[in-house]
Amino acid sequence: MNRDEPSGPILRAAGLVKTHRPEGAAPVHAVRGVDLTVARGEFVAVTGPSGAGKSTLLHLLGGLDRPDSGALWVDGRQVDTYSEARWAELRRHHIGIVFQFFNLVSNLSVADNVELPALLAGRSPRQARTDRTELLDELGLTGKENCTPGELSGGEQQRVALARALVNSPSLLLADEPAGSLDSKGTREVLRLLARFHRRGQTILLVTHDARIASAADRVISFFDGRVRDDAHLGSAPDRPAAGVSDVLKLKG
Amino acid sequence: MRLPLLALLVGGPAHGYELKQALENLLGAAYPQPNVGQIYVTLNRLEKAALIEGEDVEQSDRPNKRIYRITDAGRETVDAWFEETTAEPRVRDEFFMKLALAPHTGTADQITLINKQRRQYLNTMRDLSKLAASEDRDNRVAQLLIEGAMLHLQADLDWLERCQEELE
Repeated sequence: MNRDEPSGPILRAAGLVKTHRPEGAAPVHAVRGVDLTVARGEFVAVTGPSGAGKSTLLHLLGGLDRPDSGALWVDGRQVDTYSEARWAELRRHHIGIVFQFFNLVSNLSVADNVELPALLAGRSPRQARTDRTELLDELGLTGKENCTPGELSGGEQQRVALARALVNSPSLLLADEPAGSLDSKGTREVLRLLARFHRRGQTILLVTHDARIASAADRVISFFDGRVRDDAHLGSAPDRPAAGVSDVLKLKG
Repeated sequence: MRLPLLALLVGGPAHGYELKQALENLLGAAYPQPNVGQIYVTLNRLEKAALIEGEDVEQSDRPNKRIYRITDAGRETVDAWFEETTAEPRVRDEFFMKLALAPHTGTADQITLINKQRRQYLNTMRDLSKLAASEDRDNRVAQLLIEGAMLHLQADLDWLERCQEELE
Protein backbone atom coordinates (compact mmCIF):
# COMPACT_ATOMS: atom_id res chain seq x y z
CA MET A 1 0.00 0.00 0.00
CA ASN A 2 1.15 3.45 -0.75
CA ARG A 3 2.03 5.39 2.40
CA ASP A 4 2.18 9.13 1.92
CA GLU A 5 2.98 10.09 5.51
CA PRO A 6 4.42 7.01 7.20
CA SER A 7 5.27 8.63 10.52
CA GLY A 8 2.46 11.20 10.55
CA PRO A 9 -0.83 11.18 12.43
CA ILE A 10 -3.11 8.12 12.53
CA LEU A 11 -5.92 10.13 11.05
CA ARG A 12 -6.11 13.31 9.05
CA ALA A 13 -9.20 14.80 7.46
CA ALA A 14 -9.25 17.94 5.35
CA GLY A 15 -12.43 19.72 4.28
CA LEU A 16 -14.76 16.75 4.74
CA VAL A 17 -18.29 17.49 3.53
CA LYS A 18 -21.31 15.20 3.55
CA THR A 19 -24.88 16.11 2.71
CA HIS A 20 -27.63 13.52 3.07
CA ARG A 21 -30.31 13.89 0.40
CA PRO A 22 -33.35 11.96 1.54
CA GLU A 23 -35.95 11.49 -1.16
CA GLY A 24 -38.78 13.95 -0.93
CA ALA A 25 -37.22 15.83 1.99
CA ALA A 26 -34.87 18.75 2.42
CA PRO A 27 -31.15 17.93 2.22
CA VAL A 28 -29.37 17.50 5.56
CA HIS A 29 -25.94 19.12 5.78
CA ALA A 30 -24.53 16.60 8.23
CA VAL A 31 -20.84 17.46 7.91
CA ARG A 32 -19.90 20.90 6.64
CA GLY A 33 -16.17 21.10 6.16
CA VAL A 34 -14.27 19.27 8.88
CA ASP A 35 -10.51 19.44 9.34
CA LEU A 36 -9.26 17.01 11.94
CA THR A 37 -5.99 15.39 12.94
CA VAL A 38 -5.66 12.58 15.44
CA ALA A 39 -2.17 11.76 16.64
CA ARG A 40 -0.93 8.29 17.51
CA GLY A 41 -2.06 7.23 20.98
CA GLU A 42 -4.66 9.98 21.37
CA PHE A 43 -8.07 9.36 22.93
CA VAL A 44 -10.51 11.78 21.30
CA ALA A 45 -14.21 12.20 22.06
CA VAL A 46 -16.56 14.01 19.71
CA THR A 47 -19.62 15.36 21.53
CA GLY A 48 -22.63 17.33 20.45
CA PRO A 49 -26.43 17.23 20.38
CA SER A 50 -28.22 14.50 18.45
CA GLY A 51 -28.48 15.48 14.83
CA ALA A 52 -25.22 17.44 14.95
CA GLY A 53 -23.63 15.05 12.46
CA LYS A 54 -21.34 13.19 14.88
CA SER A 55 -22.26 9.73 13.63
CA THR A 56 -21.97 10.77 10.01
CA LEU A 57 -18.48 12.08 10.75
CA LEU A 58 -17.51 8.77 12.35
CA HIS A 59 -18.93 6.87 9.38
CA LEU A 60 -16.85 9.00 7.01
CA LEU A 61 -13.71 8.38 9.07
CA GLY A 62 -14.31 4.61 9.02
CA GLY A 63 -15.21 4.47 5.33
CA LEU A 64 -18.77 3.33 6.07
CA ASP A 65 -19.98 6.38 4.21
CA ARG A 66 -18.28 8.49 1.51
CA PRO A 67 -17.72 12.25 1.67
CA ASP A 68 -19.08 14.51 -1.06
CA SER A 69 -15.74 16.27 -0.96
CA GLY A 70 -12.61 16.47 1.13
CA ALA A 71 -9.57 14.28 1.69
CA LEU A 72 -8.82 11.61 4.27
CA TRP A 73 -5.62 9.88 5.37
CA VAL A 74 -5.51 6.82 7.63
CA ASP A 75 -2.12 5.93 9.04
CA GLY A 76 -0.41 7.72 6.19
CA ARG A 77 -2.53 6.33 3.34
CA GLN A 78 -4.77 8.62 1.38
CA VAL A 79 -8.02 6.67 1.45
CA ASP A 80 -10.76 8.95 0.19
CA THR A 81 -10.42 7.47 -3.29
CA TYR A 82 -10.55 3.86 -2.05
CA SER A 83 -13.08 1.43 -3.48
CA GLU A 84 -15.51 -0.44 -1.22
CA ALA A 85 -13.26 -3.52 -1.34
CA ARG A 86 -10.12 -1.62 -0.41
CA TRP A 87 -11.93 0.05 2.47
CA ALA A 88 -13.07 -3.36 3.74
CA GLU A 89 -9.47 -4.56 3.58
CA LEU A 90 -8.24 -1.41 5.35
CA ARG A 91 -10.79 -1.79 8.14
CA ARG A 92 -9.94 -5.45 8.59
CA HIS A 93 -6.32 -4.65 9.37
CA HIS A 94 -6.24 -1.10 10.65
CA ILE A 95 -9.60 0.15 11.94
CA GLY A 96 -11.77 -1.44 14.62
CA ILE A 97 -15.33 -0.15 14.99
CA VAL A 98 -17.75 -0.46 17.90
CA PHE A 99 -21.41 0.49 17.45
CA GLN A 100 -24.15 1.55 19.85
CA PHE A 101 -26.20 -1.59 19.21
CA PHE A 102 -23.20 -3.95 19.15
CA ASN A 103 -23.94 -5.33 15.63
CA LEU A 104 -22.78 -8.83 16.55
CA VAL A 105 -23.69 -11.73 14.27
CA SER A 106 -26.65 -13.10 16.20
CA ASN A 107 -26.43 -16.73 15.12
CA LEU A 108 -22.69 -17.08 15.73
CA SER A 109 -21.20 -17.87 19.13
CA VAL A 110 -19.24 -15.26 21.05
CA ALA A 111 -16.03 -17.10 20.13
CA ASP A 112 -16.87 -17.13 16.41
CA ASN A 113 -17.86 -13.45 16.44
CA VAL A 114 -14.40 -12.57 17.71
CA GLU A 115 -12.42 -15.09 15.64
CA LEU A 116 -14.11 -14.30 12.34
CA PRO A 117 -12.33 -10.99 11.65
CA ALA A 118 -9.00 -12.57 12.64
CA LEU A 119 -9.54 -15.40 10.15
CA LEU A 120 -10.65 -12.94 7.46
CA ALA A 121 -7.43 -11.01 8.04
CA GLY A 122 -5.45 -14.15 7.27
CA ARG A 123 -4.65 -15.37 10.77
CA SER A 124 -4.34 -19.15 11.21
CA PRO A 125 -7.26 -20.82 13.04
CA ARG A 126 -4.92 -21.69 15.91
CA GLN A 127 -3.66 -18.10 16.18
CA ALA A 128 -7.19 -16.73 15.93
CA ARG A 129 -8.27 -18.99 18.79
CA THR A 130 -5.31 -17.94 20.93
CA ASP A 131 -5.97 -14.24 20.31
CA ARG A 132 -9.69 -14.66 20.97
CA THR A 133 -9.08 -16.52 24.25
CA GLU A 134 -6.67 -13.88 25.43
CA LEU A 135 -8.99 -10.97 24.61
CA LEU A 136 -12.13 -12.55 26.07
CA ASP A 137 -10.18 -13.27 29.23
CA GLU A 138 -8.97 -9.68 29.35
CA LEU A 139 -12.54 -8.45 28.91
CA GLY A 140 -13.92 -10.71 31.64
CA LEU A 141 -15.86 -12.95 29.24
CA THR A 142 -14.21 -16.29 29.92
CA GLY A 143 -16.91 -18.94 30.09
CA LYS A 144 -19.17 -17.08 27.64
CA GLU A 145 -17.41 -18.39 24.49
CA ASN A 146 -20.23 -20.69 23.46
CA CYS A 147 -23.09 -18.31 24.19
CA THR A 148 -24.86 -16.52 21.38
CA PRO A 149 -25.09 -12.72 21.68
CA GLY A 150 -28.79 -12.95 22.57
CA GLU A 151 -27.92 -14.83 25.74
CA LEU A 152 -25.71 -12.00 27.04
CA SER A 153 -26.48 -8.70 28.78
CA GLY A 154 -25.98 -5.46 26.86
CA GLY A 155 -22.75 -4.75 28.70
CA GLU A 156 -21.41 -8.21 27.86
CA GLN A 157 -22.40 -7.88 24.20
CA GLN A 158 -20.56 -4.57 23.99
CA ARG A 159 -17.47 -6.20 25.47
CA VAL A 160 -17.68 -8.91 22.81
CA ALA A 161 -17.99 -6.17 20.19
CA LEU A 162 -14.90 -4.52 21.71
CA ALA A 163 -13.00 -7.82 21.49
CA ARG A 164 -14.05 -8.21 17.86
CA ALA A 165 -12.92 -4.66 17.07
CA LEU A 166 -9.55 -5.15 18.75
CA VAL A 167 -8.68 -8.70 17.68
CA ASN A 168 -6.61 -7.53 14.71
CA SER A 169 -4.77 -4.89 16.78
CA PRO A 170 -6.07 -1.98 14.71
CA SER A 171 -4.11 1.26 14.70
CA LEU A 172 -7.41 3.13 15.19
CA LEU A 173 -10.47 2.23 17.26
CA LEU A 174 -13.67 4.06 16.31
CA ALA A 175 -16.72 3.89 18.58
CA ASP A 176 -20.18 5.28 17.92
CA GLU A 177 -22.05 5.91 21.23
CA PRO A 178 -20.43 2.80 22.73
CA ALA A 179 -22.44 3.10 25.95
CA GLY A 180 -25.58 4.51 24.33
CA SER A 181 -27.67 1.44 25.09
CA LEU A 182 -26.05 0.37 28.35
CA ASP A 183 -27.06 0.89 31.98
CA SER A 184 -24.73 2.77 34.30
CA LYS A 185 -22.87 -0.38 35.35
CA GLY A 186 -22.30 -1.38 31.72
CA THR A 187 -21.22 2.18 30.94
CA ARG A 188 -18.62 2.18 33.73
CA GLU A 189 -17.32 -1.18 32.54
CA VAL A 190 -16.89 -0.04 28.92
CA LEU A 191 -15.26 3.18 30.12
CA ARG A 192 -12.80 1.29 32.28
CA LEU A 193 -11.85 -0.96 29.36
CA LEU A 194 -11.45 1.88 26.87
CA ALA A 195 -9.22 3.69 29.37
CA ARG A 196 -7.16 0.55 29.87
CA PHE A 197 -6.57 -0.02 26.14
CA HIS A 198 -5.81 3.66 25.74
CA ARG A 199 -3.13 3.47 28.46
CA ARG A 200 -1.49 0.71 26.44
CA GLY A 201 -1.27 3.01 23.45
CA GLN A 202 -4.51 2.31 21.57
CA THR A 203 -5.64 5.33 19.53
CA ILE A 204 -9.37 5.87 20.10
CA LEU A 205 -11.92 8.20 18.54
CA LEU A 206 -15.45 7.96 19.81
CA VAL A 207 -18.61 9.96 19.42
CA THR A 208 -20.85 10.26 22.43
CA HIS A 209 -23.52 12.36 24.01
CA ASP A 210 -22.48 11.16 27.47
CA ALA A 211 -20.14 13.59 29.23
CA ARG A 212 -18.87 10.83 31.54
CA ILE A 213 -17.60 8.98 28.48
CA ALA A 214 -16.28 12.15 26.88
CA SER A 215 -14.36 13.15 29.99
CA ALA A 216 -12.43 9.87 29.89
CA ALA A 217 -10.80 11.15 26.68
CA ASP A 218 -7.73 13.41 26.56
CA ARG A 219 -9.33 15.64 24.02
CA VAL A 220 -12.94 16.62 23.50
CA ILE A 221 -14.24 18.03 20.25
CA SER A 222 -17.58 19.83 20.40
CA PHE A 223 -19.51 19.28 17.22
CA PHE A 224 -22.48 21.44 16.31
CA ASP A 225 -24.42 21.61 13.12
CA GLY A 226 -21.80 19.72 11.12
CA ARG A 227 -18.83 21.76 12.30
CA VAL A 228 -16.10 21.58 14.93
CA ARG A 229 -16.92 24.34 17.42
CA ASP A 230 -14.37 23.63 20.11
CA ASP A 231 -11.36 21.37 20.41
CA ALA A 232 -10.13 21.07 23.99
CA HIS A 233 -7.39 19.07 25.67
CA LEU A 234 -8.56 18.03 29.10
CA GLY A 235 -6.58 17.97 32.30
CA SER A 236 -4.15 20.68 31.29
CA ALA A 237 -6.07 23.93 31.31
CA PRO A 238 -3.85 26.40 33.20
CA ASP A 239 -6.61 28.88 34.10
CA ARG A 240 -8.76 26.30 35.73
CA PRO A 241 -10.06 26.92 39.24
CA ALA A 242 -8.91 24.06 41.46
CA ALA A 243 -12.06 24.08 43.55
CA GLY A 244 -14.20 22.46 40.85
CA VAL A 245 -14.90 19.15 42.52
CA SER A 246 -15.70 20.41 45.97
CA ASP A 247 -17.99 23.09 44.58
CA VAL A 248 -20.03 20.52 42.73
CA LEU A 249 -20.11 18.29 45.77
CA LYS A 250 -21.01 21.00 48.22
CA LEU A 251 -24.25 20.04 49.84
CA LYS A 252 -26.42 21.99 52.17
CA GLY A 253 -25.93 21.01 55.78
CA MET B 1 -22.28 20.82 59.72
CA ARG B 2 -24.67 21.25 62.69
CA LEU B 3 -27.34 18.81 61.56
CA PRO B 4 -25.06 16.02 60.27
CA LEU B 5 -23.21 16.05 63.62
CA LEU B 6 -26.48 15.93 65.52
CA ALA B 7 -27.70 13.07 63.32
CA LEU B 8 -24.51 11.11 64.02
CA LEU B 9 -25.03 11.56 67.76
CA VAL B 10 -28.51 9.98 67.53
CA GLY B 11 -26.61 6.72 67.05
CA GLY B 12 -24.84 7.07 70.41
CA PRO B 13 -22.47 9.32 72.39
CA ALA B 14 -19.14 10.23 70.82
CA HIS B 15 -16.28 12.69 71.14
CA GLY B 16 -15.25 15.22 68.51
CA TYR B 17 -12.55 13.22 66.80
CA GLU B 18 -14.78 10.14 66.55
CA LEU B 19 -17.41 12.27 64.85
CA LYS B 20 -14.87 13.55 62.34
CA GLN B 21 -13.82 9.99 61.52
CA ALA B 22 -17.40 8.80 61.25
CA LEU B 23 -18.12 11.54 58.70
CA GLU B 24 -15.04 10.67 56.68
CA ASN B 25 -15.86 6.97 56.62
CA LEU B 26 -19.42 7.66 55.64
CA LEU B 27 -18.86 10.15 52.83
CA GLY B 28 -15.44 9.21 51.45
CA ALA B 29 -12.82 11.49 49.99
CA ALA B 30 -15.20 13.27 47.61
CA TYR B 31 -16.95 15.28 50.26
CA PRO B 32 -15.03 18.36 51.47
CA GLN B 33 -14.22 17.33 55.03
CA PRO B 34 -14.48 19.80 57.91
CA ASN B 35 -11.35 20.16 59.99
CA VAL B 36 -11.41 19.07 63.57
CA GLY B 37 -11.45 22.69 64.73
CA GLN B 38 -14.72 23.40 62.91
CA ILE B 39 -16.19 20.30 64.50
CA TYR B 40 -15.30 21.43 68.03
CA VAL B 41 -16.69 24.92 67.41
CA THR B 42 -19.95 23.42 66.13
CA LEU B 43 -20.20 21.02 69.07
CA ASN B 44 -19.70 23.96 71.41
CA ARG B 45 -22.58 25.83 69.82
CA LEU B 46 -24.84 22.79 69.85
CA GLU B 47 -24.12 22.39 73.56
CA LYS B 48 -24.94 26.05 74.28
CA ALA B 49 -28.24 25.54 72.42
CA ALA B 50 -28.92 22.53 74.69
CA LEU B 51 -29.24 20.20 71.70
CA ILE B 52 -26.38 18.07 73.07
CA GLU B 53 -24.71 17.76 76.44
CA GLY B 54 -21.03 17.16 77.05
CA GLU B 55 -19.21 15.37 79.83
CA ASP B 56 -15.47 15.38 80.44
CA VAL B 57 -13.91 11.95 80.73
CA GLU B 58 -10.52 11.63 82.36
CA GLN B 59 -7.77 9.87 80.48
CA SER B 60 -4.65 8.73 82.29
CA ASP B 61 -2.09 9.37 79.54
CA ARG B 62 -3.75 12.21 77.64
CA PRO B 63 -5.80 15.38 78.26
CA ASN B 64 -9.44 14.85 79.17
CA LYS B 65 -11.84 14.26 76.31
CA ARG B 66 -15.36 15.51 76.14
CA ILE B 67 -18.04 12.98 75.24
CA TYR B 68 -21.25 14.37 73.79
CA ARG B 69 -24.71 12.87 73.89
CA ILE B 70 -27.86 14.15 72.20
CA THR B 71 -30.70 15.69 74.26
CA ASP B 72 -34.45 15.35 73.64
CA ALA B 73 -34.44 18.81 72.03
CA GLY B 74 -31.59 17.60 69.78
CA ARG B 75 -33.57 14.56 68.69
CA GLU B 76 -36.54 16.75 67.84
CA THR B 77 -34.29 18.97 65.74
CA VAL B 78 -32.98 15.95 63.81
CA ASP B 79 -36.51 14.61 63.31
CA ALA B 80 -37.59 18.01 61.96
CA TRP B 81 -34.60 18.03 59.62
CA PHE B 82 -35.60 14.70 58.09
CA GLU B 83 -39.21 15.81 57.98
CA GLU B 84 -38.69 18.84 55.75
CA THR B 85 -37.84 18.49 52.06
CA THR B 86 -34.61 19.97 50.80
CA ALA B 87 -34.35 22.91 48.42
CA GLU B 88 -33.05 22.25 44.90
CA PRO B 89 -29.32 22.90 44.61
CA ARG B 90 -29.56 25.36 41.72
CA VAL B 91 -31.95 28.21 41.28
CA ARG B 92 -29.47 30.86 40.28
CA ASP B 93 -26.34 30.46 38.29
CA GLU B 94 -23.52 32.94 37.97
CA PHE B 95 -22.57 31.62 34.56
CA PHE B 96 -26.07 32.30 33.32
CA MET B 97 -25.77 35.94 34.42
CA LYS B 98 -22.53 36.26 32.45
CA LEU B 99 -24.16 34.72 29.39
CA ALA B 100 -27.20 36.97 29.68
CA LEU B 101 -25.13 40.12 30.19
CA ALA B 102 -22.40 39.45 27.63
CA PRO B 103 -24.22 41.16 24.71
CA HIS B 104 -24.78 44.25 26.87
CA THR B 105 -21.11 44.77 27.61
CA GLY B 106 -19.98 43.97 24.08
CA THR B 107 -16.70 42.69 25.53
CA ALA B 108 -17.44 38.97 25.86
CA ASP B 109 -18.59 36.56 23.16
CA GLN B 110 -21.36 34.19 24.24
CA ILE B 111 -20.06 31.17 22.33
CA THR B 112 -16.57 31.71 23.75
CA LEU B 113 -18.11 31.82 27.22
CA ILE B 114 -19.99 28.57 26.57
CA ASN B 115 -16.88 26.82 25.25
CA LYS B 116 -14.82 27.91 28.25
CA GLN B 117 -17.49 26.78 30.66
CA ARG B 118 -17.82 23.43 28.87
CA ARG B 119 -14.08 22.82 29.26
CA GLN B 120 -14.40 23.58 32.95
CA TYR B 121 -17.30 21.12 33.39
CA LEU B 122 -15.56 18.40 31.39
CA ASN B 123 -12.44 18.76 33.50
CA THR B 124 -14.51 18.56 36.67
CA MET B 125 -16.22 15.47 35.26
CA ARG B 126 -12.81 13.97 34.66
CA ASP B 127 -11.77 14.70 38.26
CA LEU B 128 -14.96 13.09 39.52
CA SER B 129 -14.34 9.95 37.42
CA LYS B 130 -10.87 9.68 38.92
CA LEU B 131 -12.30 10.18 42.39
CA ALA B 132 -14.92 7.48 41.77
CA ALA B 133 -12.19 5.08 40.62
CA SER B 134 -10.00 5.76 43.66
CA GLU B 135 -12.84 5.66 46.19
CA ASP B 136 -13.64 2.35 47.88
CA ARG B 137 -16.11 0.57 45.57
CA ASP B 138 -18.02 -0.83 48.52
CA ASN B 139 -18.62 2.59 50.04
CA ARG B 140 -21.98 3.01 48.40
CA VAL B 141 -22.76 6.35 50.04
CA ALA B 142 -19.52 7.88 48.75
CA GLN B 143 -20.04 6.40 45.27
CA LEU B 144 -23.61 7.73 45.13
CA LEU B 145 -22.42 11.18 46.18
CA ILE B 146 -19.99 11.23 43.25
CA GLU B 147 -22.58 9.84 40.86
CA GLY B 148 -25.02 12.56 41.91
CA ALA B 149 -22.42 15.22 41.20
CA MET B 150 -21.77 13.68 37.78
CA LEU B 151 -25.46 13.66 36.89
CA HIS B 152 -25.73 17.33 37.87
CA LEU B 153 -22.77 18.10 35.65
CA GLN B 154 -24.27 16.13 32.77
CA ALA B 155 -27.39 18.26 33.10
CA ASP B 156 -25.28 21.44 33.10
CA LEU B 157 -23.51 20.25 29.95
CA ASP B 158 -26.80 19.43 28.25
CA TRP B 159 -28.02 22.90 29.11
CA LEU B 160 -24.85 24.50 27.68
CA GLU B 161 -25.59 22.61 24.48
CA ARG B 162 -29.09 24.07 24.42
CA CYS B 163 -27.66 27.56 24.96
CA GLN B 164 -25.25 27.05 22.08
CA GLU B 165 -27.99 25.78 19.77
CA GLU B 166 -30.21 28.75 20.58
CA LEU B 167 -27.58 31.47 20.52
CA GLU B 168 -25.60 30.48 17.45
